[in-house]
Amino acid sequence: MKRVVITGQGTINPLGRSVAETVEAMREGRCGIGPLEFRDVDRLAIKIGGQVKGYDPETEFNRQQIALYDRFTQFTLLAAREAIAQSGLRFGGELAARSGVVLGTSGGGLQTSDENYRSVYEEGKNRVHPFVVPKLMNNAAASHVSMAHNLKGPSFTVATACASSNHAMGQAFNLIRCGMATVMVTGGSESMLCFGGVKAWEGLRVMSKDACRPFSANRNGMVQGEGAGVFVFEEYEHARARGAEILAEVIGFAMTSDAADIVMPSKQGAARAIRGAMQDAGVPFEAVGYINAHGTGTAANDKTECAAVADVFGAHADKLMISSTKSMHGHLIGGTGAVELLACIMALRDGVIAPTIGYEEADPECALDVVPNEARDAKVDVVLSNAFAFGGLNAVLALRAA
Amino acid sequence: MSDVADKVIGIIAEQAVLDKGDVSMDQTLDDLGIDSLGLVESIFAIEEAFDIQIPFNANDPAASEFDISSVAAIVKAVEGLVAEQHA
Repeated sequence: MKRVVITGQGTINPLGRSVAETVEAMREGRCGIGPLEFRDVDRLAIKIGGQVKGYDPETEFNRQQIALYDRFTQFTLLAAREAIAQSGLRFGGELAARSGVVLGTSGGGLQTSDENYRSVYEEGKNRVHPFVVPKLMNNAAASHVSMAHNLKGPSFTVATACASSNHAMGQAFNLIRCGMATVMVTGGSESMLCFGGVKAWEGLRVMSKDACRPFSANRNGMVQGEGAGVFVFEEYEHARARGAEILAEVIGFAMTSDAADIVMPSKQGAARAIRGAMQDAGVPFEAVGYINAHGTGTAANDKTECAAVADVFGAHADKLMISSTKSMHGHLIGGTGAVELLACIMALRDGVIAPTIGYEEADPECALDVVPNEARDAKVDVVLSNAFAFGGLNAVLALRAA
Repeated sequence: MSDVADKVIGIIAEQAVLDKGDVSMDQTLDDLGIDSLGLVESIFAIEEAFDIQIPFNANDPAASEFDISSVAAIVKAVEGLVAEQHA
């Protein structure tokens, strides 16, 4: 089996417009969550989110492109551009044919759906823009990345709600590992912060009105965010031969299904995924120094996740660090695992563990080292990234320092 | 029985897939086999039926201002919210 390394990373999210800005915000424990700004926000009960503020598509794309790109596609293209530029790769000939794109998203072009439903139902219009379908489809982002960078190999989109990005990156990892591709551009994107998007989540009664406080006893729900994270996964020998800078190595992946409940998480399902990722990586439990938690800030997720980690790691659970960066950027749903992988790579490369901010009160049901409020310097060799989706679909990645 | 009680019991009975006559005031949602999703659905149905806002956060149902400890408690809480709305 081939080894898989990461040679490029890119992002746009509530913490920054680039990896450098995002990593700096994570080091400083900065919060990107604030008042939502969009039409009809006054009709929402939930008025906060991790929005990408001050973003003007016209500075990045021309009018024809904007007509075709939903906000989630725009975010993806910006993140992909940064990641591919860092990798130094140019795709042509045989390499183009052996390189693809696999991205996660949950809502796809939800803003496009929202705007156009409003126009036909509320405003009574009988005609919509001709590109509504190619703009809203879930695979639009993956397709546009393939077109922008000439990626002609396996390309598709994965939708597993909050685990979409991790499932996507797991596919990218395995495609390269088994020799089906040389390079995969992977990660995920989400942009659900519009009236219909937030209204739907409001209905479930799991959203916080004031802050995302993962693992804190006074946590009261999740906060949504938006943005994208994109990575270049590359076959190790290919990267080495061209002298590429290796950011980290992807060493394991596992996915499980709870087969139990459409919204309530399961300790067993989560634990099986965590254990599976380490078995796949072939590393002992003691090697894991940091886990980027799913850590949504809901009562149910955080205690279940901590119990799963305690179960898998036994005594070592008290020695490792586990933090949720959702406290800073919110829950990017289908894009969340990708943005959170930035914190994993920061831990491996820079020896800085991103904090769980907003932490106010210890919860005996979350009695692990959650790196409260301030980033910490620590040398770690192996890290995990957890994602546990609604529908009971779990995906965990394991990374090692380059 | 008040109109409010009658409507609330109707909503709870529908959620529990029971006849209205089989729901009694002292029962809990647990007794009726209504889980967390069923509870959120019931609250939505009650809000729609009475055009009220129920303060409820599924992260910690016990800490919400809205008492859901029994059918009687829910009826009382809804009566309070309906009265407030007409005040």
